Amino acid sequence: MAMQGSLQKKLLHTFAALADLGQEIAGTNDFEEMVRTSLHLLLGTLAIRKGALAEYDEAEQALKFIVVRGLGLQLQEEIPVDEDDLKSLTSLDSQGIAISAEDTHSNQFLKNHQAQFDFTRFELLIPLVVRGRLTGIILLGKKASGDSFSGEDLETIHAMARHIGVGLNTHRLMAELERKAEENRRLYDGLRAIYKDTVRAFASAIDLKDKYTQGHSERVGRYSEIIAREMGWSDEEIEGIAIAGYLHDIGKLVVERDIINAPYKIDAKKSSELNRHPAAGYEILSPIRHPYADIPLMARHHHERVDGRGYPDGLKGDEIHIGAKIVNLADSFDAMTTDRPYKRRRSFEDVVADFRRNTGKQFASEVVIPFCYAILKEMEGQTKERRIMKMLGRDYLNPERDIPLLKDLIAELESEALSASAGNA
Amino acid sequence: MAEMLTGVTVRSRVVGGAAVVYASDYLNKLSGERIERECRLQLEAGRRALVVNFRDTELVNSIGVSILMGIIDAAESVGAQLVFSDMSAQTVELFEMLGLTRFVALAKTEAEALATLSGFAAASQGSGH
Repeated sequence: MAMQGSLQKKLLHTFAALADLGQEIAGTNDFEEMVRTSLHLLLGTLAIRKGALAEYDEAEQALKFIVVRGLGLQLQEEIPVDEDDLKSLTSLDSQGIAISAEDTHSNQFLKNHQAQFDFTRFELLIPLVVRGRLTGIILLGKKASGDSFSGEDLETIHAMARHIGVGLNTHRLMAELERKAEENRRLYDGLRAIYKDTVRAFASAIDLKDKYTQGHSERVGRYSEIIAREMGWSDEEIEGIAIAGYLHDIGKLVVERDIINAPYKIDAKKSSELNRHPAAGYEILSPIRHPYADIPLMARHHHERVDGRGYPDGLKGDEIHIGAKIVNLADSFDAMTTDRPYKRRRSFEDVVADFRRNTGKQFASEVVIPFCYAILKEMEGQTKERRIMKMLGRDYLNPERDIPLLKDLIAELESEALSASAGNA
Repeated sequence: MAEMLTGVTVRSRVVGGAAVVYASDYLNKLSGERIERECRLQLEAGRRALVVNFRDTELVNSIGVSILMGIIDAAESVGAQLVFSDMSAQTVELFEMLGLTRFVALAKTEAEALATLSGFAAASQGSGH
């Protein structure tokens, strides 16, 4: 009766340890903690005084000890593992092997390493094998009771070793996954960088063709980015609109250089030739798989007007992609604020007057208002960087004179937008 | 009689030359390693009489057993005397079942443990800090 009670207690102690082990392996994110706790649980279940757990590092083909109990502070050794070792260990499939003189001779792994590694400090070697792959080994010393391991003990060890092996395997899979994700991230970042460099190179090529508008595409990209940021777009969308700005004039590559570089206002025929460039740009950009949406469409429609008098498709209002509306405004703003062969740049007062006149005709108020706010914020010193002012040159804007102009324009446009939306409602 | 707090959670005190470490509730988790560390610190400080008091420990699980075996090892390695006191009946049964009572003396109370160790405590008195 007393023996039965003792057996029952032993079983309860073992079950509790198995439950704790399962919980530990499934629920702990800290690998080191999981391994240390697992070895404690295994040793504590059968009161084994010495134990060590090594993880198999596939890349370095070595067993590395992570946790050791009862042998001083640490086991510094690593055990190199070759193909023979792997075969020998995986064939045991998580079944323990007694480290006795005969077994040492019968097991290839023990035989290979007995000279370098003192296995006699331990009684049992348990390879941790998951789906035919070695994940680690456990070495166990004697039981505190002095009894040899019984069949039930070995079954308990086998069950716990399987759990621990799965824990190690999960850790390895997670590490592999993280490494691959990091590799993919690096590759993706590299590709994005190449893509951006290529886009910039194209922008420079476009601008080089037009000797009077050098840096135009780059500036349109930056103005577009500033407007989109002011409109609350996401970083990804902002990157996309900047690319659209850089590439909006790519269709000019198929327009004759003489037409682009004419030092006078061109005639209707040449003008129509020049006006082919948005559609040509669309053709050039469409076959490319851009990492951002609608780049070809924004290039095609950057000369559309909200009143429907633009080209090439004569789209109106909401038919025009919002990105194209932004690029259109950025493009026009840069054209107005840089010197051209046939005319000097316009004053900011003129630009404001142009915005007032053309909002609702050429430009969409939904992009003009944010752009005005972006300029205003820079002039009022609300932004850390003064990107617009830098592009326009030091003396172009005069905050004292221009802030009231902008504020009036914003107030007017907002009030018109409000009336329009009330009218629509 | 000196009483001190070592680290955040492990309570210990020195009575005469003997160190008393309170196992508390932390024994059954990985944080129980702090108890083993505290015992090792006491041994490194020269104490050769050590009591681990289980008065606040209801149950000892496998992690606790493993940590206690670590304490037994540490005491054995420097020839220190170790007594576990105030253990519940269940824990005593578990220790007997696992064969741990071969390596450590058990006492019903801390006072009894200290009395058992008084000879060793006197020998190690003053050798610590």
